[in-house]
Amino acid sequence: MNIIAEHGDLFLIMACCFGFFMAWGIGANDVANAMGTSVGSRALTIKQAILIAMVFEFAGAYLAGGEVTSTIRKGIIDPSALSDNPELMVYGMLSALLAAGTWLMIASMKGWPVSTTHSIVGAIVGFAAVGISVDAVHWDKVGTIVMSWVVSPVLAGTLSFGLFMSVKILILDTEDPFHRAKKYIPAYMWMVGFMISMVTLLKGLKHIGVEVDLGLGSKFANALPVAAVMGLIVAIFGAFLLRRVKEAPSSENRFGDVERVFAILMIFTACSMAFAHGSNDVANAIGPLAAIVSTLNTGEIAAKSAIPWWILLIGGLGIVVGLATYGWKVISTVGRKITELTPSRGFAAELGAASTVVIASATGLPISTTHTLVGAVLGVGMARGIAALNLRVISSIFMSWIITLPAGAGLAILFFFFFKGIFG
Amino acid sequence: MARGNPLGNLFGRSPIKPIQEHMQVADQAAQLLTAFMQAKMDDDWDRAQELYQEISEFEREADKLKRSVRRHLPKSLFLPVPRTDLLELVSIQDQVANYAKDIAGIMLGRKMRFPEKLHKGLMEFTAACIATSNQALSAINELDELLEVGFTGREVKRVENMIKELDKLEARTDKQAIVLRGKLFKLEADLPPVDVMFYYQVIGLLGSLADSAEQVGDRLQILIAR
Repeated sequence: MNIIAEHGDLFLIMACCFGFFMAWGIGANDVANAMGTSVGSRALTIKQAILIAMVFEFAGAYLAGGEVTSTIRKGIIDPSALSDNPELMVYGMLSALLAAGTWLMIASMKGWPVSTTHSIVGAIVGFAAVGISVDAVHWDKVGTIVMSWVVSPVLAGTLSFGLFMSVKILILDTEDPFHRAKKYIPAYMWMVGFMISMVTLLKGLKHIGVEVDLGLGSKFANALPVAAVMGLIVAIFGAFLLRRVKEAPSSENRFGDVERVFAILMIFTACSMAFAHGSNDVANAIGPLAAIVSTLNTGEIAAKSAIPWWILLIGGLGIVVGLATYGWKVISTVGRKITELTPSRGFAAELGAASTVVIASATGLPISTTHTLVGAVLGVGMARGIAALNLRVISSIFMSWIITLPAGAGLAILFFFFFKGIFG
Repeated sequence: MARGNPLGNLFGRSPIKPIQEHMQVADQAAQLLTAFMQAKMDDDWDRAQELYQEISEFEREADKLKRSVRRHLPKSLFLPVPRTDLLELVSIQDQVANYAKDIAGIMLGRKMRFPEKLHKGLMEFTAACIATSNQALSAINELDELLEVGFTGREVKRVENMIKELDKLEARTDKQAIVLRGKLFKLEADLPPVDVMFYYQVIGLLGSLADSAEQVGDRLQILIAR
């Protein structure tokens, strides 16, 4: 308590700096994966992609990021193990942020594929298990999280496989794919609107103080019709945009027109992808920050307290700055590399991945958006939709799991004892 | 930073466009044979020499493209169609260019003069062989549309019809070759025997060119059959 009272302001400033640094890293690197698909398939320009990313990342973080934030904040560590020494929580979360941030920086410079989620989870587990005690870690929860890393790419792959197969049957493999596309695509747009509204209604509105109650019993039953109507609004708006796409036959490829219709759909799925990414990955930066702030404010590890609005703002701002300073460059590099992904594929991959990530966010599971997206793209590939996929990426993903977890943990342990040594 | 980006590294170079380019170049080599034959019949050997140069340049370019396709198809790639089928396809496409060069080479090297009576038949036969190669190119040009629909359904049927048409064209060249050989047989007693040997060989090579074009279709069919 004394230490916290004495150095409280310093801790707060440090936490904000580290949190902002993490968020900056996410904006600079991770968002590129969420938006690169849309840019690569030429559905969006880089400017449009950044604009969408800014708005929907923030919306996702604010409206649906609560569950994952609270998992990072208090789900992995047992707060009761720390109730006597709240300053250990502050040291730990500070070192976790610093460790994850440092590791991401090293990995980025070396060009290794790493995930922010894995770094931060590894770091938190590391400092808690070694710095405090092995019992301080909710191992069953950690087990669930690790399982979700395996399940999420598989689920995303299955979803996008199904989506692309449905497109193949309903639109592409028909007499008049162009008009079929115009007819059926609003249904996919409805899915996007429905999914985002559903998660927002179930998980998001709570902490901004809005409650939707149609008197239908459960929260879920209440949200269902509202989300359906929201989806309908999105679909009608989408159908309006679709009307502007005119047929212009070219000799190059008979499906050029159809792809232009799908490009409109991809604007919507890009929004959902940014929303999903915001809802899951922003928590990596602001979760530890929120833990520190609430400990500093109350002097104890609160099991239940609301996240102050300005923490979300730091997270959102960090991402936006990351995007503006470095992210756009990565987006264009990634986009250039994946030009083989046409809108009819890109949308299936994005919608499959976004749905998976949003489900994980609602359940409070921190997963890797990038790996989920890789799984989704492979799903489309299984449906024989992509000319060439490099399977070596899968082994590099396994490598990143094996290396990132201990690296994040090791650095966090190092920083933890460093802070402990300085502040006592 | 994007070097280690899993999503960026996930996408390999598509072999479809290079394979189509390769067939395009091979077909261009074959197409020049018409002009070459014409120049030869007009006894314009300078023009024939020029055309031969052009044909060999196309053949060389086809070789280069072939090697590039092979280099960019490592085993670790996950493709919608079997990798071996694609590699096989390129090898056969390459034959079309090779035969075109061989035909022009032999005719130019021996300053070959076909008997007047065979001119019309030979020109028709050449045109038919080239039409076969052109039809193979049209079928190969459907590869990107096939990929668009994931190698299923209507597009497969469409390509299968093109392959049927290709088979018909090839069958026509077979018949023409028989007729042409028959005519040559009637004349051969009055012609220098060594020349006659090479006349037969050129007819054979033209037939092989058409055969290769047909085999391109066969390979394509294996590729899409599942």
